[in-house]
Amino acid sequence: MAQTGTKMAAFKQALPLSFSIMAGFVFLGITCGMYSSSLGLPWWMPTFMSIAIFGGSAEFVVASMLPGAFDPLTTFAVILVVQARHLFYGLSMLWPFRGMGRKKPYLIYALCDESFSINYGARIPADIDRGWFMLFVSLLNQSSWVLGCTLGGVFGSMIPLDIKGISFAMTALFVVIFLDQWLQEKSHVSSLTGLAASAAALAIFGADSFLIPAMIGILVVVTALRPKLEGIYANGDRAAQAPAHNENGGDEA
Amino acid sequence: MTTFQQVLTVLIAGAATVLTRFLPFFAFRNGAPRYIRYLGNVLPGAIFGMLVVYCLKDVDVLAGAHGAPEALGILVTGGVYLWRRDMLWAILAGTLSYMLLVNLVW
Repeated sequence: MAQTGTKMAAFKQALPLSFSIMAGFVFLGITCGMYSSSLGLPWWMPTFMSIAIFGGSAEFVVASMLPGAFDPLTTFAVILVVQARHLFYGLSMLWPFRGMGRKKPYLIYALCDESFSINYGARIPADIDRGWFMLFVSLLNQSSWVLGCTLGGVFGSMIPLDIKGISFAMTALFVVIFLDQWLQEKSHVSSLTGLAASAAALAIFGADSFLIPAMIGILVVVTALRPKLEGIYANGDRAAQAPAHNENGGDEA
Repeated sequence: MTTFQQVLTVLIAGAATVLTRFLPFFAFRNGAPRYIRYLGNVLPGAIFGMLVVYCLKDVDVLAGAHGAPEALGILVTGGVYLWRRDMLWAILAGTLSYMLLVNLVW
């Protein structure tokens, strides 16, 4: 009974803090699911992605690749780069996740931007079990995402209407994240490098094979500019120490 | 891709994601190297810039609507975001205006 009481108290603490993100996840999940359907993917694909990947940006990008040619190397490299920011969430959670025992693998697997924001920033009262609190936050967030993606996949494949244009949801998502990043950063060199290197790679290599050259170009430029940029970008050195909420624009799952 | 290749692609993307989430708990227990920390600070802007370009990769500015619906959709998305500072409203407004444009105008 004591165990049940502990869990219940942690759940009651986690629910209100997760609520706005849960609502956002259901909405964005529906969009992601309908986008997948509009590409002709099976209805269960968004659900499968929401469990196997659980990362909004990555799922949109993977969905956009699935109708094309099988290219595991590009998929792996692109998703690794898109998800690289998670490395820094993990660094910040090394200490908070200590002693989590059997909950730890799930907490790490489900460490998306939003769950990180809540679990990293929450002031948890002393009488609440931290492990159960963090577990419920992660579970509530992921359940909402899985639910949204499933609804979107099912409805999207049932709707007989021509939903031409729904694919723009992915563009809008990344425009918003990019803009949010732009408004927060002290220097725009990185953002502009991303746009310019990718546009150049697109012009040279074409739509089907520009991503890897673009990533190499970005890496070369920011590495060459490191002496100039390190001080500027380290001002908000959130890596490993104190990542701010919405580090990357409160992106997705 | 065949359905099997699609499932494999999703699993590969899942493995890349899991790698980024688990690696610090194995590799960087005593903090990450300075170069890695620098990349962590500097890359997000560039990566999301790249993803914006990725979304527009199939737009042909020389033919059809010359990219006008995309440009207008981005303006609406950006404008609503600057106005409301709400990600979901911006995505909804931008996507709906794009859908109206490609279905009714172009």
